[in-house]
Amino acid sequence: MFSNASNFVQGVDTSFAIILGASLFFLVGITGVMVYFVVRYNKNKHPEAQDVHENKKLEITWTVIPTILVLVMFYFGWTGYEPMRKIPEEGIKVKAHAQMWSWQFEYENGKYSDTLVVPKDEAVILDLISRDVVHSLYIPAFRIKEDVVPGVNNKMWFIGQELGKYNIFCAEFCGDLHSKMLSSVHVIAPEEYNVWYNDTTQPEIHPGLVVLKKNACVSCHSLDGTRIVGPSFKGIWGHEVEVITNGEERTVMVDEDYVKRSIYDPNADVVKGFNPGLMIPYQNLVTEEEVNEIIDYLKTLK
Amino acid sequence: MAEALSQPVSFYQAKTGLFSWIFSTDHKRIGLLYFYAIISFFLVAMSLGFLMRLELIAPGETIMDAKTYNQVFTLHGVIMIFLFLIPSVPAFFGNFLLPLMIGTDDVAFPKLNLFSWWLYVLGGIFALLTLVVGNGPADTGWTFYAPYSVKTGTNVTMAVLAAFILGFSSILTGLNFIVTIHRLRAPKMKWFQMPLFAWALYATAWIQLLATPVIGITLLMIIAERVFGVGLFDPALGGDPILYQHLFWIYSHPAVYIMVLPAMGLISEMIPTFAKRTIFGYKAIAYSSLAIAFIGYFVWGHHMFTSGMSGPARVIFSVLTFLVAVPSAIKVFNWVATLYKGSINVKTPLLFSLAFIFQFLLGGLTGLVIGALATDIHLHDTYFVVGHFHYVMFGGAGFAFFGALHYWYGKIWGKMYNESTAQIAFWLMFIGFNVLYFPMLVLGIMGMPRRYYDYLEDFTTLNVVSTVGSWILISGIILMIYNLIVSRKKGEAAPRNPWGSTTLEWQTPSPPPLHNFDATPVVPEGNPYDHKQNKSE
Ligand code: HEC
Ligand code: HEM
Ligand SMILES: [Cu+2]
Ligand SMILES: [Cu+2]
Repeated sequence: MFSNASNFVQGVDTSFAIILGASLFFLVGITGVMVYFVVRYNKNKHPEAQDVHENKKLEITWTVIPTILVLVMFYFGWTGYEPMRKIPEEGIKVKAHAQMWSWQFEYENGKYSDTLVVPKDEAVILDLISRDVVHSLYIPAFRIKEDVVPGVNNKMWFIGQELGKYNIFCAEFCGDLHSKMLSSVHVIAPEEYNVWYNDTTQPEIHPGLVVLKKNACVSCHSLDGTRIVGPSFKGIWGHEVEVITNGEERTVMVDEDYVKRSIYDPNADVVKGFNPGLMIPYQNLVTEEEVNEIIDYLKTLK
Repeated sequence: MAEALSQPVSFYQAKTGLFSWIFSTDHKRIGLLYFYAIISFFLVAMSLGFLMRLELIAPGETIMDAKTYNQVFTLHGVIMIFLFLIPSVPAFFGNFLLPLMIGTDDVAFPKLNLFSWWLYVLGGIFALLTLVVGNGPADTGWTFYAPYSVKTGTNVTMAVLAAFILGFSSILTGLNFIVTIHRLRAPKMKWFQMPLFAWALYATAWIQLLATPVIGITLLMIIAERVFGVGLFDPALGGDPILYQHLFWIYSHPAVYIMVLPAMGLISEMIPTFAKRTIFGYKAIAYSSLAIAFIGYFVWGHHMFTSGMSGPARVIFSVLTFLVAVPSAIKVFNWVATLYKGSINVKTPLLFSLAFIFQFLLGGLTGLVIGALATDIHLHDTYFVVGHFHYVMFGGAGFAFFGALHYWYGKIWGKMYNESTAQIAFWLMFIGFNVLYFPMLVLGIMGMPRRYYDYLEDFTTLNVVSTVGSWILISGIILMIYNLIVSRKKGEAAPRNPWGSTTLEWQTPSPPPLHNFDATPVVPEGNPYDHKQNKSE
């Protein structure tokens, strides 16, 4: 009857069917009775009202029955949810890095991917890591969602049971491009997965660009001159920029020192016209070597 | 006509001039001051809602960019919650009606009451100032979740300060009502002879008094973090973002009941009048208000089922959430039972009340769907939630407010509104409302997250339907307001008791004199909704 995209879908959809079914029953039933009374006891048909003050039996009935019913609903909500918290020990472990406004998935062998590729019928355990604000990893087709909270190590898991490609959304509001923070899960055959997983050759792109993509720098800094939330990288190298340092305006040359400082301590020099605080310090996330690769790459962006 | 001749000087005529209003300590004038401010804010936020829906009529950029959209929905939410809904029923109807209903001449602390209004105005000014001061209005959503609210460059500090000041206004109003109800009831009015609206205000006032300080502190903490860099919520500064969520919802869940309990009180007044019979289960309704106020304190965690809370905590919050649904269900059953064997007069206030029952029911039932763990994991932070809370807050509390506006219109302004125009406006609003919000429930089940400026093609059709709904709804609202404005001039003079109601405010002229009653009001024996006693009106 239901889809079987993940190991949770049937349990959750059963809860849905029961709770939505009961709700619909009450909605139609109560509204129906209400409308019937309004028609039946309209003053034209029923000019003389009769008082009915209370009826203890009736009132007890309609307290006790709903109490039982809501507890039943609670129970089904709980059973559909239980398996989500029973995270297995064994499985494919992937670190899901969320940051404004992109997803990066890091595999055990160090491979990075901006889509989540997983083999069919194997447990996948996601370590949810945020470097900036709260995000939430949501895969509607799998019926799962868990917040990605900075400084907190949340986890989630699932088994993809049907081959295919499913949307990943960010469900917790995280700023300007929240609605663009999209990715997808690809459930592929295990053999195919092994090939993919073991293929660690980097695509033929500049290593500096790899660093920029891996750290989601490009979701705030464009490469083609358009303004996102940070200044575009196009043509900044070797040019002067106006920055605000400790409240004072000054002009600096974009050179090695400046770029490094901008990455490790972005709030030291804030580019004029942009907001401080959005870019996090990458001190522990981007190595000096990687900074040099970035600089190398910036030089190519004329 | 004979009545018109003996009409004493109404509170409008007692004094005139701007200062006689803005420095008035008369509860009726203060109520009206609130009303004009509240309705203006409502119209502003409604226009923002209209713009949001217009943006969402198609994927991609339609009329504004992403950042602007985020600021618009934040301002919409902040105004609707803090400047419209929380003060709407208590500060306007509560102020105007409570002393009349319990047969006294004012609230316990009239000067404090005026001060509350000034705080409200100050908070409103701060909220609007964010438009022009600093880096533009906040873009965090009305929930101000940390650490985004700490990092963003927009003027969160001022928005938060506005909410903080508005909180004080709400606390003081609550305090005032509690003392008024305890001390100033007409000498012969026992607790269980109070109108149910007074009971609802009483339960609400305790929430205002006890829960609001928590949000006050929380918001100050945000300011401390933004301005002084104190590490409270941002892990980059050593803080804990989950702590913020707990503190925020410890207030904001009970606040949901600040919004809806008084509205339920309004419904309990209107239904007996138009059914021409007493309310069914008076005590059950009164006690269920207290039960909701009490249990409502312990369910806040249901907003955080996906935040990484411990398993047992999730289970406990889910059970309690289901239990708080029971007293609300009891009220619905009692209202419907009140129609049984009545002699029902279908007038605009009753139509709004019936729409309230239907929409509140749908809002409550969808609340069960997101109170259950398995289903909430899927629906949390999707459009289902947006649909759910608009059904409760707008379809419920908002419709009750507009229904009550028609019901007490004559009492407040001394003229009757035009019934047939009012009914046309009602139907436009009812249809528009459901066309606007029902598709959101479906979109949420399909998986569309909320606070989404842009969406995937799959979601287009229902978004278009929803936007069309907003146009129908807004035409209804405009027609309703037009009718109410015109009726002030053109309406027929309102008698003391146009609907044959039984509570005390209907014993005095419409509009009432400065000191509320021209003769000592007669507290009916027994139940306050006994239509057999005051047959002759
Ligand atoms: C969340 C958005 C965001 C992310 C992600 C981000 N930045 Fe930034 N960045 C900004 C903003 C906003 C500014 C301008 C304000 C400032 O100078 O602090 C900026 C400024 C800069 C500057 C100075 C640019 C100039 O024109 O002078 C450099 C260089 C830079 N970022 C590099 C990076 C690198 C490298 C990364 C990835 C490791 C990165 N940024 C990630 C938002 C971001
Ligand atoms: C008049 C017609 C209205 C329209 C067209 C409208 C539309 C909307 C829409 C589309 C959103 C979702 C924004 C998003 O998630 O991207 C929204 C959010 C919201 N609305 Fe309304 N709304 C209306 C009236 C109301 C009323 C009457 C209330 C309260 C009484 C209200 C309270 C809220 C709140 C609290 C939010 C959440 C804001 C946030 O996420 O921070 N709205 N509204
Ligand atoms: Cu996000
Ligand atoms: Cu809640």
